[in-house]
Amino acid sequence: MEGIMAVLIGLVFAAAIYLMLSGVLVKFVFGFALAGNAVNLLIFTTGRLQHDGPPLIPAGREALAAPAANALPQALILTAIVIGFAMLTFLLVLLYRTYAEIGTLDADDNRLMQEADYDSALANQPTEGDSP
Amino acid sequence: MNLLLVWPILVPMLTAVLAGLVRADACRSQRMAMAGAVVHLFAAGALLTAVIDRQFLVLWVGNWPAPFGISLVADYFSAVMVLTTAVIHTAVTAYARQDLQPAMVRSGAYPFMQTLTAAVSGAFLTGDLFNLYVWFEVMLMSSFGLLVMGRRRSQLAGGVKYVAINLVSTLLFLAAVGLIYGMTGTLNMADLHVKITQIAEPSLVTAAAMLLMVAFGIKAALFPLFFWLPAAYPALPASIGALFSGLLSKVGVYALIRMFTLVFTTDTAFTHTILLVTAGFTMLFGVISAAAQMEMRRILSFHIISQIGYMVLGLALLTPAAIAGAIIYLLHNILAKANLFLISGLVRQAAGSFQLEKIGGLYKTHGWIAVGFLASALALAGIPPLSGFWAKLLVIRASLESAHYAMAVLAAMVGLLTLFSMIKIWSEAFWKPAPAGCRQTAPAAPISAWMLAPALVLAAAVILMGICMQPLIQFADTAAGQLLEPRHYVAAVLGGRP
Repeated sequence: MEGIMAVLIGLVFAAAIYLMLSGVLVKFVFGFALAGNAVNLLIFTTGRLQHDGPPLIPAGREALAAPAANALPQALILTAIVIGFAMLTFLLVLLYRTYAEIGTLDADDNRLMQEADYDSALANQPTEGDSP
Repeated sequence: MNLLLVWPILVPMLTAVLAGLVRADACRSQRMAMAGAVVHLFAAGALLTAVIDRQFLVLWVGNWPAPFGISLVADYFSAVMVLTTAVIHTAVTAYARQDLQPAMVRSGAYPFMQTLTAAVSGAFLTGDLFNLYVWFEVMLMSSFGLLVMGRRRSQLAGGVKYVAINLVSTLLFLAAVGLIYGMTGTLNMADLHVKITQIAEPSLVTAAAMLLMVAFGIKAALFPLFFWLPAAYPALPASIGALFSGLLSKVGVYALIRMFTLVFTTDTAFTHTILLVTAGFTMLFGVISAAAQMEMRRILSFHIISQIGYMVLGLALLTPAAIAGAIIYLLHNILAKANLFLISGLVRQAAGSFQLEKIGGLYKTHGWIAVGFLASALALAGIPPLSGFWAKLLVIRASLESAHYAMAVLAAMVGLLTLFSMIKIWSEAFWKPAPAGCRQTAPAAPISAWMLAPALVLAAAVILMGICMQPLIQFADTAAGQLLEPRHYVAAVLGGRP
């Protein structure tokens, strides 16, 4: 079962990397979301895929009665999903602002690549209004 | 209970919350941030004192025994990195008082700086691999926030590149963590040291190690993964640039050192050779790219990259002398680099531009800035008796002793080119007379003491570090010994010395 999952994860990664390398930043977002899902599937698979019971000790006993599912990968995945979701949200808003300011989201476009003009771009004037 | 381990993480977090509540008032926000930074500095100092006293400090968070729960661990290396972080944090917070615009402060610059510091301290003190991932993400989000505050075009363009590459680094880190968990069943670094040797297929371990090397290499700005750094750092205000340069890439180097001395020591012929070659290319490409630039912050950004090469060279050689050299290099470089970014901000205040062609003559008009620049720049280039000389000497001598003569020659050559860059900045910005038509503040309007004092204090620290190098080298030797003999670390964490 883990073999099939490994192949699947590889395919999802391949699709994600293809999207990330496409040079259009909107596709990069989709690629990032796919890759995040692939990594979550990977962590899930490392918990080993069997038909197990939940990790609960029956009443009156001191140890697990039957093989139980591994709870730790699920905790790792939850953390990863939350963090990935926050990153995705930020990425989307950043791309929206970038499109509004620069006018393009194509990585081959020079307007996105140029890094000149730092002095006028950075308003770092002495702050007269900020007296100690 | 070793709550000393918690304060360097908790204090900046609490300050971030409090500073976030009052962020509409720039003045109060600044005072809160300054107070938090000073308390953080004391906490870090107390931590270092306790670690020197007891060799290792371990805290089982929630009293769950390792390896089942998360543990916070401080050895010599972690503790001194936390202290250096606190020093930089305090200096930058003081500098930011006059450097940050009120609009940025109202958007929450100080809370982000505090959470960045908390995350960096957490990354230095954690003993669990997944916890390291979480602290990396907190650090990343804080840096995202600081990077795009202001929403200027250059910030957005640089920010997109920074965000994209670091998200890829996140994914690779997480994939590696998943693979390591699948192989060993544990995520506690000390327990990994024990379990890694028992894996039936060592090539799988090397595969996970390479994934982690790429992930941390992106963070640490190794060749060929460093292109986000010169794109993003020059778009920042000087104070934020100093904070980033002093903390962000150094956490990547710390993670590399921790992982490749504690956990991945089974296949060093492969992994550390790759680190060696990468370090060489990093040094070379960083300094050659810097030689082509004429804008102060871009020059300094490329020099961050080339100095990272020295530290990773120390790691790749994996001898006690080399690791001690890498530690000294880290400490010296954090101070000198952050100071140079602060100085660049002062130059901008004094002369009106970061572009070297447009400014000049600061030696006559602003002597103190010149002094601060000279101290840090010559330290970076490796002029005795400043700290950079000793750091470079240690690393080069370690590579000669390990018979890597080519690396030693390369390191010396890169030092020469670093000197060229520093002298270029000196002669363009400070020595040559000011070109006609450039805006200069009259000497009667002084540079604010809040901006000058942190820069001079850091410069003094660099000079002092060079003069008092003997106890520091002894400290670094002890730290390197702890890193290369992990069984004491493992015994402390798993055995649960309180």
